Amino acid sequence: MSTQQQEPESQESPQDPEMKGTESPQQRRLREKEEGMVDEHAEEEAEAAGETVHIKVFRYDPEIADKQEPRFDDFHVPFEKGMTVLDAVMYARDEFDSSLTFRHSCRQAVCGSDAFFVNGSQMLGCKTQLSDLEQPVRIEPLPHQEVVKDLVVDMDHFYDQMHAVEPYFQDEDTPAASDLEEQRQTPENREKIKMSSRCIWCGACMSSCNIAAGDNQYLGPAAINKAYKFAMDDRESEEIKEHRLRILEQEHGVWRCQTQFSCTEVCPKDIPLTEHIQELKREAVKKNLKFW
Amino acid sequence: MYEHDVLVVGAGGAGLRAAIAAHEAGADTAIVSKLHPVRSHTGAAEGGINAALQEGDDWELHAYDTMKGSDYLADAPAVETLAQDAPEDTMRLEHWGMPFSREEDGRVSQRPFGGLSYPRTTYAGAETGHHLLHTMYEQVVKRGIQVYDEWYVMNLATTDEEDPNDRQCEGIVAYDVQSGNVEGFKANQGVILATGGPGQAFDHTTNAVSCTGDGHAMAYRAGAPLEDMEFIQFHPTSLPSTGVLISEGVRGEGGILYNNDGERFMFEYGYANNSGELASRDVVARAELDEVAEGRGVEDEYVHLDMRHLGEDRILDRLENILHLAEDFEGVDGLVEPMPVKPGQHYAMGGIEVDENGQTCIDGLYAAGECACVSVHGGNRLGGNALPELIVFGKRAGAHAAGDDLGEPEIRTGYGDDVEDDDTELPVAPGASGLDSTDAVADGGVAAETGALEQAVERERARVERLMDKDSGVQHAEIRSKLQNAMTDYVNVFRNEEGIKKALKLIRECREEYQDVYVDDPSKTFNTDLQQTIETRNLIDVAETIALGALVRNEFRGAHWRQENQVRDDENWLKHTLVSWDDGEPSIFYRPVILEGEEKTYEPKVRSY
Repeated sequence: MSTQQQEPESQESPQDPEMKGTESPQQRRLREKEEGMVDEHAEEEAEAAGETVHIKVFRYDPEIADKQEPRFDDFHVPFEKGMTVLDAVMYARDEFDSSLTFRHSCRQAVCGSDAFFVNGSQMLGCKTQLSDLEQPVRIEPLPHQEVVKDLVVDMDHFYDQMHAVEPYFQDEDTPAASDLEEQRQTPENREKIKMSSRCIWCGACMSSCNIAAGDNQYLGPAAINKAYKFAMDDRESEEIKEHRLRILEQEHGVWRCQTQFSCTEVCPKDIPLTEHIQELKREAVKKNLKFW
Repeated sequence: MYEHDVLVVGAGGAGLRAAIAAHEAGADTAIVSKLHPVRSHTGAAEGGINAALQEGDDWELHAYDTMKGSDYLADAPAVETLAQDAPEDTMRLEHWGMPFSREEDGRVSQRPFGGLSYPRTTYAGAETGHHLLHTMYEQVVKRGIQVYDEWYVMNLATTDEEDPNDRQCEGIVAYDVQSGNVEGFKANQGVILATGGPGQAFDHTTNAVSCTGDGHAMAYRAGAPLEDMEFIQFHPTSLPSTGVLISEGVRGEGGILYNNDGERFMFEYGYANNSGELASRDVVARAELDEVAEGRGVEDEYVHLDMRHLGEDRILDRLENILHLAEDFEGVDGLVEPMPVKPGQHYAMGGIEVDENGQTCIDGLYAAGECACVSVHGGNRLGGNALPELIVFGKRAGAHAAGDDLGEPEIRTGYGDDVEDDDTELPVAPGASGLDSTDAVADGGVAAETGALEQAVERERARVERLMDKDSGVQHAEIRSKLQNAMTDYVNVFRNEEGIKKALKLIRECREEYQDVYVDDPSKTFNTDLQQTIETRNLIDVAETIALGALVRNEFRGAHWRQENQVRDDENWLKHTLVSWDDGEPSIFYRPVILEGEEKTYEPKVRSY
């Protein structure tokens, strides 16, 4: 493992000086930031004043000689109020090393692309404030999944498990256009499935789960939660609910969960995953009692 | 080489809906997307789906509101199709299990939105897009439709006849992000572009990092004109530091905008005496910037959006997601203090010119969703009208590509005898810079001999090789940042000729700098450096069409405001702006707007709220 310290290259400010009079406060901040970087002393001072953030980022690339052995790279990123872990790795990539690789898209905790392992815990890069973290901030790919490159992990197994619970309304083909009667659903029933429906498939829960780590076939918290959303939705029939429970009570289903709550703790959408799994266990017992 | 009947590029709302429709019409359908479907930016849509579902509402009112909201630049046949089909297509989502918010009687809830004469915005909390996206992906999984996820589509394979109207789209060229392999995909019946918006052309945007206008740029270079690109919607309520969107639902539920003096400025200064905060988005966005310009902004930058008076119960019930966004991305607790907001680039009303069936002037090439311009939004999109567009026109494009007969379209596409040429003098020549030889250029039928797809694959492989082999020069991040700043500085909410000309010059510089671009990451594995470098080229092409449209349209209509002529000029401008790539030497022409609906004509009226 090697460490390397990278400093921002000095650069001319691209801002047209004539524009200073009419620029917005945001542009002014950007310009001042850019101009500040021209002065190397300013950068050092900023660091001395605690205004840079030290991040250590996991690096690995199977086809690049000096990245075949996993290592951590150090980056010192200028700190701005409100800066997130994602902002920091984006800055490091855009300013220091364009080969730094990670998934990200929406920047607002809804696309679920940027779950990382930060200071030893699974979290979304975009909604984790750097100011809440101890430095150096250690950023690694999600554990228990194969690393493709740097912070990118192979999500195929996660998707396979999500698909394994038949995550779609089962009712026979929807009627023709003219017969599309609105199905009623009580606000209470909608509320019942609300939290489960918030899942963004980020994979943080699966990565935090000891059981999933030891049993590759375990459906895992995200998939079971997805099944919960359907099993609890009154719009589907009782028969279909029973079918869903049969999938969930198989050998690698709900009974594997040992209620350690690690999934619930890391879920960035605050979904009570463990509770949902427990509730499905109770439902499965009830269903079996009914048939005795 | 892969082969399918219908290929859908992009897996957001429009792409998924198109794929389901094509599959249902019997076509072997596949989706090719640079993101896994659930990562698509449709998931960030918050507000809702406009659909005339209730007694007392009807599609004609929805159509009327939409025409008025568009500032009479939408085409009536498209708008009426949207309003007529939206109820059924919304109910279809309900049957697919979408968790809509509900009333006590069990019916789906609807709420008021800006510019609507009836509360017809159907929603699922403040996360409607998330639920729409996931519900449709579930249906794609159910049907076993093949998804090539994390495949980045680089270009289209089209034949190269001189006149784009004679060209045919035969497939696409994509590279597998994970392995770096560049492959051809043959489309037997059609290619549907559903690649979303071009928001990354701007610095302050609510759009995802992935919204790079790839479909726009590919269709444009293949010969399909881009329509009404100057019409960019700036959403009035984005968080100042990140651009994260705060839904119009907040104002729909009763949220109030205040300036730094605590005045409810929408009424106090007469920006919208009737609708106040629920005036059309362009009206509210300009009002906010006017307040800041008049010295009444908070910290000289933004205004306050207050929803505290709605009460905790109502906020938690209908707007809970907003509390999380304000807390996580601005550090503000919306239950105890007002939220800072300012306008942010949000949506492109314009896009790839298509007819009501989603078809471009190129045979076999379709577009749907934000990347397309049918046009249902004209000069300004109403809140709650983007999601119904995805499902209505996504469905139509998929069905038509798969061979369903949807009737003759009334909207015409491509250069024709009904267009008018533009003769505006441009400050710099737009278009190709000469060195990027990957563009489709008419070569007198050479392609026909070897096949357009094989040729396109070879061209794209050569492009990747060239970008990867070069080991010094300029990096995409620098060019992209310059481009975004040029657009946000000069082609923003307030525009004037001098500024737009500056932007065009800066865009030209970006193009020239791009000739020296190189990819530093030498790896074939998951090379996002390479992907972003190609995206940046697309952004340059798209940004240029936005600036060109903004320059030639010297009037104030909808979201497009011009300092020199601050009135809507119906005499001269009831027409769409079209920019055509013309093999690297772009030209601009105009096509009249269609205001005649099925049974009535939408006469332009003063748009007051």
